[in-house]
Amino acid sequence: MSDPAAVAVPKAHVAHGAHHEELGFWRKYVFSTDHKVIGIQYAITGLLFLLFGFSLMMLMRWQLAYPGSPLPLLGALLGDARAPGGTMLPDFYNELGAMHGTIMVFLGVVPLAVGGFGNFVLPLQIGAQDMAFPRLNMASYWFFFLGGVTMLGSFLVPGGAAQSGWTSYSPLANIAGTGQTWWLIGMIFLITSSLLGAVNFITTTIQLRARGLTFYRLPFFVWAQFVTAFLLLLAFPPLEAAGIMQLMDRLAGTSFFLPSGLVVSGQVLQVAGGGNPLLWQHLFWFLAHPEVYVLILPAMGIVAEIIANNTRKPLWGYRPMVYSLIFLGFMSFIVWAHHMFMTGMGTAMSTFFQTTTMIISIPSVIILTALILSLWGGSIRFNTPMLFALGFLPMFGIGGLTGLPLGLNVSDIPLHDTYYVIGHFHYVVAPGTIFALFAGIYYWFPKATGRMMNETLGKIHFFGSLVCMNVIFMPMFIVGLAGVSRRLFDGGASYDFAQPILQWNVVSSWGAWILAIFQIPFIFNFFWSIRKGTPVGQNPWDATTLEWAAPSPPPHGNFAVAPEAHRGPYEYSVPGAAKDFTPQYEA
Amino acid sequence: MMDIPYTVEVRRDTGLTNGKIGIWLFLASEVMLFGALFASYILIRVGAESWPHGYTILNIPLATFNTIVLISSSVTMVMAWASLMRNRFGAFRMYMGGTVLLGLVFLIVKYFEYSHKFHDGLFPSTNNFLAIYFTLTGLHMLHVLGGMVVNAWFWGPGAKLWKTNPVWFTNRVENSGLFWHFVDLVWIFLFPTLYLL
Amino acid sequence: MASEHASMTSDHAADIDRHVRVYIIVFVALMVLTIITVAVSYLHLPVAGAVTVALLVATIKGALVAGYFMHLVSEKKLIYAVLVLTVVFFVVLLALPTFTHSNGFWIDE
Repeated sequence: MSDPAAVAVPKAHVAHGAHHEELGFWRKYVFSTDHKVIGIQYAITGLLFLLFGFSLMMLMRWQLAYPGSPLPLLGALLGDARAPGGTMLPDFYNELGAMHGTIMVFLGVVPLAVGGFGNFVLPLQIGAQDMAFPRLNMASYWFFFLGGVTMLGSFLVPGGAAQSGWTSYSPLANIAGTGQTWWLIGMIFLITSSLLGAVNFITTTIQLRARGLTFYRLPFFVWAQFVTAFLLLLAFPPLEAAGIMQLMDRLAGTSFFLPSGLVVSGQVLQVAGGGNPLLWQHLFWFLAHPEVYVLILPAMGIVAEIIANNTRKPLWGYRPMVYSLIFLGFMSFIVWAHHMFMTGMGTAMSTFFQTTTMIISIPSVIILTALILSLWGGSIRFNTPMLFALGFLPMFGIGGLTGLPLGLNVSDIPLHDTYYVIGHFHYVVAPGTIFALFAGIYYWFPKATGRMMNETLGKIHFFGSLVCMNVIFMPMFIVGLAGVSRRLFDGGASYDFAQPILQWNVVSSWGAWILAIFQIPFIFNFFWSIRKGTPVGQNPWDATTLEWAAPSPPPHGNFAVAPEAHRGPYEYSVPGAAKDFTPQYEA
Repeated sequence: MMDIPYTVEVRRDTGLTNGKIGIWLFLASEVMLFGALFASYILIRVGAESWPHGYTILNIPLATFNTIVLISSSVTMVMAWASLMRNRFGAFRMYMGGTVLLGLVFLIVKYFEYSHKFHDGLFPSTNNFLAIYFTLTGLHMLHVLGGMVVNAWFWGPGAKLWKTNPVWFTNRVENSGLFWHFVDLVWIFLFPTLYLL
Repeated sequence: MASEHASMTSDHAADIDRHVRVYIIVFVALMVLTIITVAVSYLHLPVAGAVTVALLVATIKGALVAGYFMHLVSEKKLIYAVLVLTVVFFVVLLALPTFTHSNGFWIDE
């Protein structure tokens, strides 16, 4: 399947200009400055955190399905502080909930999507030897690692990990136990990691593009990572500031977020007061809204690459898609208070935020529509990456559509903080982003390892996950519309109005546990294929973008001779061409 | 370490080196960091029943002196870079050393300011004015310290690079200077906001 | 490398001399503006006036530092673009939280 026109590169050859000293084990595999090693480090660490965060949720789902009943097997291991007699205490449920969200978003998805895929693929796709700042890149991984260790360590402190939601609202987060302090410190490490990474990605994309690779010849994946980097760069610092202020409140006794006269457990809090809990919410959501686009944009980038490749056609509407990306990135900074419609804002401002929120759905829809239209007339190859990419489309569609009533201030009133919200955002992130990430793993695994993952196991992974994810999240719309709030440790069991829909909690829980079983073929496939997968050459998918000009796996320095881009990124099925694909790098 | 292009020479279409872009991007993120704290100051002050004037609590003459110190250090910083551009390494050493020393003076004055406050029983927990004062100036102080460490490195052990790659060294000093000027810029807004209003 | 650098600086020597003169002028201007802003503060103007003057002076000082010490007057378009984008979001961050939750014009009382 390799492209005969590509430059044949012997595996051991190192790129020009590199100092060819043999690095020891630690410098080569642990403290490496090579973007590919760093990308794999991010990816594996991110996947492990995804598994851990998923496990926390599987514990929660027992309590939601069978509130008050002891957790089988594991209940005994959790100890009396968290689950006396195996029955989960409400505080423990909150600990699981807050950390599930935090870990999935900040330690799982973003490190995998941006740190993993971005680092590994981006320099290759622009024909560069490495990132602009390789040592900074290494530093950003280790800050992420430190942040992860801090978050995990927080489970062991007295009182347990953070329990105030991934949103850490004041004043609850102010008076919470030590775990919250660790959460804040962990976040500062993670934010630093992201900031350093963003500087690297932006500089690299601007400066290290190969000859002939103009901005409008960039693969959509690169554009997506580029815009994402700007979101991280400019939206994270306000949360860092907020984190510092909440730490000041907790450790130095300030009242940034504490109003005067706050009563806790019957006693007035002895603080200066005069603070504003809503300040925390503004600063938090100023980051957290762009953050959700950080979650989806790399996913759209991955899906775009895979769809173009497996339809053997150019992407439909490349330019509108790029403009939509840029517009989306910009708008994402001015919609945040749609998370705060219920905080007492006046009609002028809530109309403003509702309007910007409706506007931001337009570029989203353009991108999704373009991806769907790209299928029309294609010769579709239904391999595993393509299945996940195809699955992404309707799932993201459901996620996006269900967001609309949340974005309108009036319809948000009955839906805010209910299970409807949980259903909405999980559709976008779980069968949305995570499917795209799976797609990317199956797609770029051969580039990283020189071997293919097994197709049969991949298809089992896909179909099982698709069905299970819908079984988990679809009922949540029903439960939410019935009025059940999120973050209730018994899933609504103690409310009369919730009785008719409680069985859906059981359905969701079984969906989650069976979903876990369907990840086993993936985990096995991943590790088994590293050694035993079918060996392939540099371009097993007959793809057109620059990363496929490098060997599989690429050596240090990536390309023996710097590639040059002679055309756009998706020249598939060019009329009159001998093959159904004309790579960018082919003269 | 492989030779990453445009580390020393500029890329034709952008006219920039990687480091120059990198430092400006980082400064953009710092604008948002300090911006968030200023935004917090605004929200808290607007919502406060009463708010003390800075001059009733804080030491204006001392802070004015510090402002002059920091602005001077910005001048010595840019002169340090200009000296390198003129191939005058000795002058660079003098100006860079001056920048680090002026930074140290700034920190020492802040130490006296803070300890005076604590001595008078004024802590971040006392009221929101002091909370935002200590947080803003404290974070700024950390940035002064960080900048000083980097500048001291360029003055000292890092100066070796001048012999092997003077252009790269000059660029790095320039980029470090950009960070230092930014720290001065933040203070230029911090000073009137906290002390004079 | 050294000879390359020497030729570069001989071209730029006159340029740098001009720059250094500007730096001195800017330094003096910054000192004067600092004195002005402190002096005005002693007048204890009403809040609106005090804020306006203080911010105006600070903006001028900031513009001088950014323009001349940080060389923004002669920077490349890319840098300007990044900074303009940042300033837009900076203003949004400064203004919107207060608009959203301050009483009076923006909130129905």
